[in-house]
Amino acid sequence: MTPADRPFLPRGVRLHQDRVRGVPVLLGPETALMLDPVGQAVLAEVDGRRDIAAISEALAERYAAPVEMIQSDVIEFLDDMAARRLVEVA
Amino acid sequence: MTAVHPAPVSARQVRPPPEAPLAMLAELTHRCPLACPYCSNPLELTGRERELTAEQWAGVFRQAAGLGVLQLHLSGGEPASRPDLVQIVTAAREAGLYTNLITSGIGLTGRRLEELDAAGLDHVQLSLQGVNAGIADHVGGYKGGFDRKMMVAAEIARIGFPLTINAVMHRHNLGDLAQTIALAHRLGARRIEIACVQFQGWALRNRAALQPTREQVEDAKRIVAQARVDYAGRLSIDFVPPDYFADFPKACMNGWGSTGLNIAPDGKVLPCHAAEIIPGLQFQNVLTTPLAEIWNDGPAFNAFRGTDWMPELCRACDRRDIDHGGCRCQAMALAGDARATDPVCRRSPHRAALDALIAAETGVAPPPFEYRRMPH
Repeated sequence: MTPADRPFLPRGVRLHQDRVRGVPVLLGPETALMLDPVGQAVLAEVDGRRDIAAISEALAERYAAPVEMIQSDVIEFLDDMAARRLVEVA
Repeated sequence: MTAVHPAPVSARQVRPPPEAPLAMLAELTHRCPLACPYCSNPLELTGRERELTAEQWAGVFRQAAGLGVLQLHLSGGEPASRPDLVQIVTAAREAGLYTNLITSGIGLTGRRLEELDAAGLDHVQLSLQGVNAGIADHVGGYKGGFDRKMMVAAEIARIGFPLTINAVMHRHNLGDLAQTIALAHRLGARRIEIACVQFQGWALRNRAALQPTREQVEDAKRIVAQARVDYAGRLSIDFVPPDYFADFPKACMNGWGSTGLNIAPDGKVLPCHAAEIIPGLQFQNVLTTPLAEIWNDGPAFNAFRGTDWMPELCRACDRRDIDHGGCRCQAMALAGDARATDPVCRRSPHRAALDALIAAETGVAPPPFEYRRMPH
C-alpha cells in the first residue's frame, strides 16, 4: 500500500467487541482476529474516506510519535490485512 | 458463623476450565438433494422429524454467543433444505454471531438470497464438486446440479456476498485442480478452500474410490504453490492436503474440545462432526442440558482434553502441543482405538499398515461410488 491509498473493510469483515473475552475482534470469513492495541487503533481509523497518510497523521498526533514511523507501521499492518483480504483499498 | 473447610479435591476440580469456544457448526438438517460419496455426515442420518425447530436453534445461538462463540457455520446436509432458513439466519445475527452459510447452492434462488442478505447473512461458502457438469453431477449424484450451482454463484456475486468456494478434491478431480482455482476466481470468490477428502463418515466407506495417488498429491502441492503466487492479493487459497500422505497428523479441531463444537440436527452436541464413531462416548443434548455445562464439563468433551488420555508415545513427544496426538476419529477408524496415536504419524506403530493400505487402494482402478442415502 502507499500513503495515498484509502483502506476500507470490505463487506463480510467487521469489528466486534467480544464481551466474553473483553477484547476487540476483527471478524471475517473463517477469521476471528483478536486485536492488539496497535491493530485496534489502526482499524478504528479505517473508514474508506481518509488515506493512509491522513490516518497516520491522526495516530501520530494521538500517540505523540513521529509520523514516518507510524506510517510505516500502519502500512505494514494493512498490507498484512490486505494479503488476507480483510482490508481493501479504494 | 461460617466454618472454613478445605474443599475435597476431585479430578474434576483440578482440571482448569476450558477456554471458550470460538466456532460452532450447526447441522440444521441431514437432508440434502446431493448424494456425495464423501459426505461428512454420519452413516446414520437423522430424519426431518427429529430436527430442532427455528425457535430451538435461536435459543442455542444465544447460549453459544454467551459462551464465547464468535463464528457460526450453518451447515447440513443442505441448510437450504430448511424452509425456515431465513428465520434461522435472523436469529443467529440477533445473537451477535458472524454467520456463514455452507451450501451446495441447491435450493437457493436470487430471491431467497436477497432475503438472507436482508437477514444479515455475513458470508457464503459454496461447495464445488467439479469444474464441469460431467464430473460435478457424477460426484454429487444429482443431474443438473452444476448448472444450478453456477446460476446461484452468479446471484451471490450480484448481491455481493463475500464468497468462499469449498472444493473437495480426491482421485476423480485432483487432475482439474488448476481449473478449479481458476473457476473460483472467475465466480468472484475471495477465498478457496481446497479440501482433500478427509476419510470420516461416508468418505471412509468410499475411501478406495476416493483415495488420491501419491503422484496426484505431489502435483497438487506444486499447483497450489504456483497459484498462491499467481493469485496473490486476489484469491486467498487454503489448502488441506490429504493427511494420509503427511509425515505428521493434522491438529484435528485444533485440539479436542479446545476451539469448536458441533450441533447435530437433533440437538446432540459433539466435539467434532465424526465423533459418534467413537464407542463409549456419552453425548448430551442441548435441549436437556445447558450448552455451557456440556462444553465445560461434558464427558465427551473431557474425554480427550489435555494430555492425560494420551499414549506415552504422544505424551513424551516434542510435537505433543502442535498436533495434540492427531485425530481421535482417525485413530478409531484405522487403529481400532480412539486413544492411539493417529496412525498418520511416522512414529505410530500403525503407519506401515497405513502405507500398505494406500498402496493397495491406489494400485487398482477405483471401485464405483456408494452414494450417501437418507434412510427410508
